[in-house]
Amino acid sequence: MKLNTNGNVYTFCYAAVMVIIVAFLLAFVASALKETQDANVANDTKGQILSALGYDKATIDVAKVFDEKVKDNLFEAGELKPYEEKFNTTYGSLIKEGKLHVFTGTTANGESAYVLPVVGRGLWGGLWGYIAISETKDKVLGTYFYHESETAGLGARISEKWFQDQFNGKPIFGEDGEVALTVVKAGAAKTEYEVDGVTGATLTSNGVAAMVKDGLTAYKAFLGEAAAQAEPECTCPVGENEETNVEQ
Amino acid sequence: MSKLFSDENKAAFTNPLNVNNPITVQVLGICSALAVTSQLKPAIVMGLSVTVITAFSNVIISLLRKTIPNRIRIIVQLVVVAALVTIVSQLLKAYVYDVSVQLSVYVGLIITNCILMGRLEAFAMQNGPWPSFLDGIGNGLGYAAILVIVGFVRELFGFGTLFGYNVIPASWYVSNGGWYQNNGMMVMPAMSLIIVGCVIWAHRAYNKES
Repeated sequence: MKLNTNGNVYTFCYAAVMVIIVAFLLAFVASALKETQDANVANDTKGQILSALGYDKATIDVAKVFDEKVKDNLFEAGELKPYEEKFNTTYGSLIKEGKLHVFTGTTANGESAYVLPVVGRGLWGGLWGYIAISETKDKVLGTYFYHESETAGLGARISEKWFQDQFNGKPIFGEDGEVALTVVKAGAAKTEYEVDGVTGATLTSNGVAAMVKDGLTAYKAFLGEAAAQAEPECTCPVGENEETNVEQ
Repeated sequence: MSKLFSDENKAAFTNPLNVNNPITVQVLGICSALAVTSQLKPAIVMGLSVTVITAFSNVIISLLRKTIPNRIRIIVQLVVVAALVTIVSQLLKAYVYDVSVQLSVYVGLIITNCILMGRLEAFAMQNGPWPSFLDGIGNGLGYAAILVIVGFVRELFGFGTLFGYNVIPASWYVSNGGWYQNNGMMVMPAMSLIIVGCVIWAHRAYNKES
């Protein structure tokens, strides 16, 4: 018997059955693999944080080194409190809600450092990164940047070491107390606050510049003391200021 | 065995490598050829991914070909490709996370690649699974070959590197007192169209009789 594959009934049934099979298949695969995937993502996030601290995440046991060297804290009411709930892998919405995570740890060279998560937008999709800053909160010790879908070979190069290493040792705040660290056109970096962008990826480079500025500005309450030092007129700790604002 | 490698099957595999190349002759899949060829490594990764996905979606569509209703065949093909790519990327994410991070950018580009749909529609709908598999591999490799050529030229002249390693001596550069400078145009996507154009020109000149 030959099937009549052109009939309406056949077409509808075929489409319905196909959709149901594919939906079940995808749902099954997604839920069966979710746990392994989440573990991978958490592990990778820890690797990214370690990477900002100068470790080579490809050659170390990420979970073990992270547990030894890094602590997850929440910045609340002007002080750091240990965070012991489930490890987060995305920080964009948390920062918006005012839940500021600060990781404390030691770099590969043994310096104490804070690591701040930052998020931003590139040309095609989201960017994120981790910035390790010195104990004095005024200098970058290391960075890690990654992206969702920047162009391979162009914008995607922000995830390469040469780009990230340019930030090492850079001061964060300008003389006016604002975040001055930025990314400029490739080869145009002149002052100590500027790093070279990626050739052919101006929009992604601008995205990184905005991410660094906005990201660090969001942590101003935490970075407050260092910023206040650069700005002699304001002697009040910024953390306290914010608190009174909330109460009013 | 002889039947598996009959002349017809061999042609399904070798034609797309040369006389019926998906990029230089059929001019399909140009968009991803622009997007991922500024360096060699992503070009190779993309070429291999497309090869694998084209081969397997060809096989699946070829197995289903007698049951697919004619009026919704494009949708069926699209669903098969999208489901296949999604499942593969989920598996990679669970078991080889590093590879999945490397490939994440390409997943969308693979699903929308015209070569996939082109081969499903033109070949897998009329032929058996084995010739379809060969056709998929052949087309994928034909596509990969052009991507590698373009990637090679663009990375060499745009960045002075190959696979990220410097191949042009540092002392040649103007900044170090030499005479050489990387060509910024090569980094731009537009340049890959010009290179593809040159490749098509050379390829046509070589295959004049056809």
